[in-house]
Amino acid sequence: MQAKRRRSLAATFALLPTWIAAIFVYIGTMVWSVRLSFTDSTIFPSSNYVGFAQYARLFKNSRWLASLENVLIFGVLYVAGCLALGFVLAAALDRKVRFESAFRTIFLYPYAMSFVVTGLIWQWMLNPTLGIQATVRALGWQGFVFDWIVNRDMAIYTVVFAGVWQGAGLVMVIALSGMRGIGEEQWKAAQIDGIPVWRIYLSIILPQLGPALAASGMLLSMGVIKTYDLIVAQTGGGPGYSTEVPAKFIMDNLFERQNLGLASAGATVLVLSVVMAVAPFRYALAIRARRRGAH
Amino acid sequence: MKNTMKLLMLGAALAAASAPADAEDKAKAEVMTSWTSGGEAAALDVIKQEFEKRGGVWKDSSIAGFGAADAAFQNRLVAGDPPAAKQAVIGLANTDFVSQGLMNPIDDIAKAGKWADVLPKSIHDLITYNGQVYLSPTGAHGESWVFYSTDAFAKAGVNEEPKSWDEFFAALDKLKAAGVQPVAWGGQSWQESKVFNMILLTQVGIDGFLKIYGDKDKGDASVEGVKKTLDILGKLRGYVDEGAPGRNWNDATAMVITGKAGVQFMGDWAKGEFVAAGKQLGKDYGCMLAPQSPGMVYVADAFSFPKIADAASQKGQALLAEVAMDPTVQVEFSLKKGSVPMRTDVDKSKLDVCAQKGLELMSAGKIVPDQALILSPQQAGALNDFVDEFWSNPSEGSASGAEKFFGIFE
Repeated sequence: MQAKRRRSLAATFALLPTWIAAIFVYIGTMVWSVRLSFTDSTIFPSSNYVGFAQYARLFKNSRWLASLENVLIFGVLYVAGCLALGFVLAAALDRKVRFESAFRTIFLYPYAMSFVVTGLIWQWMLNPTLGIQATVRALGWQGFVFDWIVNRDMAIYTVVFAGVWQGAGLVMVIALSGMRGIGEEQWKAAQIDGIPVWRIYLSIILPQLGPALAASGMLLSMGVIKTYDLIVAQTGGGPGYSTEVPAKFIMDNLFERQNLGLASAGATVLVLSVVMAVAPFRYALAIRARRRGAH
Repeated sequence: MKNTMKLLMLGAALAAASAPADAEDKAKAEVMTSWTSGGEAAALDVIKQEFEKRGGVWKDSSIAGFGAADAAFQNRLVAGDPPAAKQAVIGLANTDFVSQGLMNPIDDIAKAGKWADVLPKSIHDLITYNGQVYLSPTGAHGESWVFYSTDAFAKAGVNEEPKSWDEFFAALDKLKAAGVQPVAWGGQSWQESKVFNMILLTQVGIDGFLKIYGDKDKGDASVEGVKKTLDILGKLRGYVDEGAPGRNWNDATAMVITGKAGVQFMGDWAKGEFVAAGKQLGKDYGCMLAPQSPGMVYVADAFSFPKIADAASQKGQALLAEVAMDPTVQVEFSLKKGSVPMRTDVDKSKLDVCAQKGLELMSAGKIVPDQALILSPQQAGALNDFVDEFWSNPSEGSASGAEKFFGIFE
């Protein structure tokens, strides 16, 4: 008994720094930001409380509203695009193609790059006077138009391209390792039944990859909220503010615009929206776990 | 293994202890700027050379992009590890830093150098906070300039500088017909709002400009002026290439330098790029004020000096403040950067035609301040947003646009 207590005391001490870090660094800074969002802070924190005035300003700001819409479009298409493309790539490699490891490296390579590099590459490729459009026109197709990056209505989708190009490799690797874990006999059984290969992947393999894909989806979603560098490097939020995202709005107001209060309000809204999105999910998981326990 | 680690750490500790010893008595300064383009870097080098000649140790911390440099600077300031000097734009953005006690005054240097006598009074007032001088000005920039390629003009048959907006648009049409890109457009919001301001000045005049930005006047004349400004700005959309969004100003300047484009609206720092490319004013390129401009929008650069504990850096701050205001340095710096010296007592004969014209307007008081001098950073940011959004949305009318413009001040 005494030994047990001593051990738990030791464990408590060992975990103490973690607890301190969690409480002061994570929760403390979060509370601090929320507090700032209720003040009229400009460049430095002030303690002059103004209630919800910053939030009212925030939601009157058309740039902020555009950023929310954009992050939603980007988030959904980016995660879905990465999962779909990653799965297809994994399935293709799973067919025991030649030079598999070379292909794997090529597909995973973009993921090793920083978003800044990705953004710049795509900015050049999509720039109508330098990249794809100019090249195709130089080849003789004078009427060819591919100007999405300078088109207000389409620019956000070019960011999705770049994001998917970067993120699909990660999903591919995770999905591929999942596929390799599936037993050979399932394949044999399905092939004896004469089921076409694509159907095997869709109806037999895909359902079994659920957890792996869910994990990759989670990883990607976390990237969505903090998307900043990709936007800065690729479009700078433009044209106009058609590719503005919340993280960039917050950074601009923190530093360039000496607008700490407004930026904190934006950050708080962002945290709240993440909590609102994650909470039902966690709740559903908890219920499912309890039901399973009851069986 | 353990011993190697110990040795390494000991070595590191020794190196750390011995390295500053010989630099102790020297003035040193880590200087943070966003001056990274060809002309800007050459200009900064003038100050660096003189600083080193006088025995200072210079550490360059240049970061491309004004906003990026600002963000890095504020991070380090808050973390308690500021650089010795930071390039700053004279104006409201510095007020908070000073009032929070984060900056070192350089009043002694200013008094010793009799800055009050050699600087225009308005500038001296702007660098003085609570009776003490805090900023060391490097140069003023005119922002109402249109730079043009003489080759492109000749090719299109434009024989003289257009005097009015009508003539100007006629010239742009000729350029277009001659197969030259009429306007080299820098597609970042800060550049677009500079064009907006230079057009606004041509439409409402100096008093009207000050009324709008200074008094936040919303009278009929002001609204009408903004509408006409937006009409002209909107008309310019038709003369811009589709690669423009997001383009850097110096990339746009390069289009004029190489004769691919006819004109560029930009502050006179663009001249620094022409100089760095070996082009001659009058022969290869020309400068004119925006058509019908009664004066010039101006902005002024300076160094600011954060409070810093290190004695060598404090010495470096004093030395840098002195060097930046040195009469020969001011002229040399301006020649490289394309700016106008801040001191009124310098040798003007070396300055080119544009700079002399700018200096003339400045001493005649025919200038209006850039938004950095007259608006809070929040309002200046909102102005950038407004112009960028108007520019990128051709369906926005000038009447509703003007309404949004005056919303900036609410």
